[in-house]
Amino acid sequence: MKPKIRKATRHVNQNEGLIFEKSSPGKAAWKLPPLDVPQVDTAKLLGKAERKDLGNMPEVSEIEIIRHFTRLSTWNYAIDLGMYPLGSCTMKYNPRVNEAVARVEGIANGHPYQPEKISQGALQIMKTLSECLIEITGMDAITLQPAAGAHGEMTGLLMVRAYHQSKGNPRKKVLIPDSAHGTNPATAAMVNYAVENLKSDARGMVDLASLKQQMNEDVAALMLTNPNTLGVFEQQIHEIADILHAKGGLLYMDGANMNALVGKVRPGDFGVDVMHLNLHKTFSTPHGGGGPGSGPVAVKKGLEPFLPAPVVVAKPDGTLGFEYNRPHSVGRVRSFYGNFGMFVRALAYIQANGPDGLRETTEDAVLNANYIRKGLEGTYDLPYSTPSMHEVVFSDKLQARKGVRTMDIAKRLIDYGFHPYTTAFPLIVPGALMIEPTESESKEEMDLFIEAMKSIAEEVEEDPQTVLDAPHSTRVSRLDETAAARKPVLRWKPAN
Amino acid sequence: MRYLPKSPDDREAMLKAIGARSVDDLFASIPAEYRLRRDLKIPRQMAESEIVDFFRQRSRENGDGYTSFLGAGAYFHYRPVIIDSLISRGEFLTAYTPYQAEISQGTLQSIFEFQTMICELTGMEVANASMYDGSTAAAEAVMMAVRLTGRRSVMVARTLHPEYREVLATYATHQGMPLSIANYAQDGRLNLQELEKSITPETACVLVQSPNFFGIVEDIDAIAQIAHQNGAMLVVSIAEAVSLGIVEPPRQADVIAMEAQSFGVPLGFGGPYCGVIATREKNVRQMPGRLVGQTTDKQGNRGFVLTLATREQHIRREKATSNICTNQALVALMVNIFMTIYGRVGLKELAKQNLAKTAYAATQFARHGKVLFGGAPRFNEFVVETSEDPYAINSRLLGHKMIGGLPLKKFYPELGNSSLWCCTELTTRSAIDTAVGLVAESERSVRSAKEEVEEVTR
Repeated sequence: MKPKIRKATRHVNQNEGLIFEKSSPGKAAWKLPPLDVPQVDTAKLLGKAERKDLGNMPEVSEIEIIRHFTRLSTWNYAIDLGMYPLGSCTMKYNPRVNEAVARVEGIANGHPYQPEKISQGALQIMKTLSECLIEITGMDAITLQPAAGAHGEMTGLLMVRAYHQSKGNPRKKVLIPDSAHGTNPATAAMVNYAVENLKSDARGMVDLASLKQQMNEDVAALMLTNPNTLGVFEQQIHEIADILHAKGGLLYMDGANMNALVGKVRPGDFGVDVMHLNLHKTFSTPHGGGGPGSGPVAVKKGLEPFLPAPVVVAKPDGTLGFEYNRPHSVGRVRSFYGNFGMFVRALAYIQANGPDGLRETTEDAVLNANYIRKGLEGTYDLPYSTPSMHEVVFSDKLQARKGVRTMDIAKRLIDYGFHPYTTAFPLIVPGALMIEPTESESKEEMDLFIEAMKSIAEEVEEDPQTVLDAPHSTRVSRLDETAAARKPVLRWKPAN
Repeated sequence: MRYLPKSPDDREAMLKAIGARSVDDLFASIPAEYRLRRDLKIPRQMAESEIVDFFRQRSRENGDGYTSFLGAGAYFHYRPVIIDSLISRGEFLTAYTPYQAEISQGTLQSIFEFQTMICELTGMEVANASMYDGSTAAAEAVMMAVRLTGRRSVMVARTLHPEYREVLATYATHQGMPLSIANYAQDGRLNLQELEKSITPETACVLVQSPNFFGIVEDIDAIAQIAHQNGAMLVVSIAEAVSLGIVEPPRQADVIAMEAQSFGVPLGFGGPYCGVIATREKNVRQMPGRLVGQTTDKQGNRGFVLTLATREQHIRREKATSNICTNQALVALMVNIFMTIYGRVGLKELAKQNLAKTAYAATQFARHGKVLFGGAPRFNEFVVETSEDPYAINSRLLGHKMIGGLPLKKFYPELGNSSLWCCTELTTRSAIDTAVGLVAESERSVRSAKEEVEEVTR
């Protein structure tokens, strides 16, 4: 058969070595202005602390640097090139106005310790964003300090612990569904809570009977992702909250999937006590190849005293300032005030959308996921028929009969011009294909995606080897990860 | 909404294909009583021109146009323009974590180069792909030392950035890691006698910053010796990365926790910055965070992959070395480009200019006020003690569009009217002279006021 690859065509791209391989003494990409103060004798000033040699640091010219990184960039897939359907990662369009406003002089060059009197602009940005996020989540208070989602989880659980401590008993464990992100249990361990696994029911939701059975006065909180990692809304969310609250426990919501809810429903209204957001998912700040993120944590009134210090407050004279005197605070989780540059971008995104835009965004995200579900149902196995929100999870059960697994299909998808979906997660679905299109995809792009996935399914039947050997069109293919881990080469060294 | 690529007809056709009557059908699984039936109370949808205007206005209210002498963990260095040209390429900006190696070689190779240069600069054997910032990197480095030594208590220099100490305290609270603080001596360096006295067989590591919070280079040899003699590890925090151009790196350290903001990352009111952890090869399996390694593909081509993932949360869950997932990749790319631009010679020359400006400023301040901790080598920060409250002096400096040094009373009450000043290659001689002049004026007026009082009482 001839595969229907319509989205992508092979194209020459440049080879490029490591920057160190281009270096030679005497080349330079820098120029300093003449020194306007007397030269110093570094040996005299620093004594034995003087550094003589900078080893193998490169020496290259500016054009070489431009070409080097431009060439490297062309080896990446990116949202700017097409659909990036990584489930639970929310790879949506990163608006360029966000980048422009983050670079305005006073915002880009503000020093975290400059006097509050001349920091009113930054404080106003933090305050406005905080108010928006509180309204969007339906919570009562927020900290912007955590640097990423997992950092937010840690901050949230520290507050859970402080809350229980204030009632006389910090409690011992946290309940985590078997469908949860790996960061949830890892975070619980960092805050010294034991992790207890909670089973999902046949619909992929929290099993209420198990929850009732496992819930007792030792449980500090349940960490729940909603919609969960199957893209399913926990319909009995309020019963879940009630079971927890009846025994004094708290409901923590992992906000990784908030893109399914914004403007349609608010966690604060369905019983959540503490939650984190990922500004780099829901609020369009760029993933940048793996960060920076930002993980604000929103809480209900009862947890407010425990927020990390400082918090932004309005002062009696009407100006804004930081309040450090917070005796019940869990402390500081990061230097300064968090990833401020991401606050700027997230606020610009909220402003570009407004209430109507945010709602429409959520609706389109859910519409897109359901369109893909409908398009691929039958071609791929759908382990849970529960309605999907913003993402849909298939399994490789049908293809596995030919020995083709989710990772193979994912690799073949690369040849079709798409980034793969999330593979092998959530763990409760063996051989999972987790697809989150986000609102940023047009109908045409999704039709191409559905066509590609169907074409791969046909290939699996007729010519499975093509899929097993994929990708065929990339610079490198199926890198040897076992060798990389067995004998790690983690840095370049000059040849002797 | 201008970011949404669908026409009403598209939506209609898609709903029809799904078999739904309206988009609200798709939200039917959300119990009706929780569905929001009103608009969110947030600002209305704005045009791009309005958004740009809003942030320009905020910028004007945010110290735009001021000359600053602030450092203290956030440094104002020149950022070559090609950094932003390159990181603005969508292929870097809008890519995810490079889990799919075949279509992420650009990010992966650049991280491999980053890891290599951090090793070259720190004298360590391995470096990770980045951490959130210097403070969390220090906390995670300490937890790493605790795992490696099997001991639990930690000695922390009081000259570690006070906010880093606060973050460490937060992380340590529930890890059963008792912290003790070692004070500084007359010369502003860690008090070695005190360290020797208080280190115990339970001490997992000694954590110091060098150059320390006062800008002074610690005696790493001596500290390492005390730590190692007692079976403890030495963890060194580096907050001012440019110092590595001219200051010998702490090669005797077991773990280095760095903040690389100085390397091409905007001040940005405190973030995002770029933490990184570097260590010896033998410690790598206890290192937190992502690591990129070199390997080959099935044709034998060189390529790069994320590796040693069995340390990480998505594989090991509650047994992972850390819960860290997202790091600071794009910021690490800025750092990488900056290091490439300055390279072997430029970084040294850059650091020398910082040293020269600071030496000049400290000498000038010393003529009119008191510069503390003169006995030990310093990099680009120094502590000035004034007769008048530094907040009062700073508010006069603001009138000259200048931001004076950071008053230290808040963090070090015993230092009274002292403040921490910083000069970089961007600090001009004339700015230094103006600031020195204003401080000198303050000293003169306090002196003459005092003399007047003495005159009257006489």
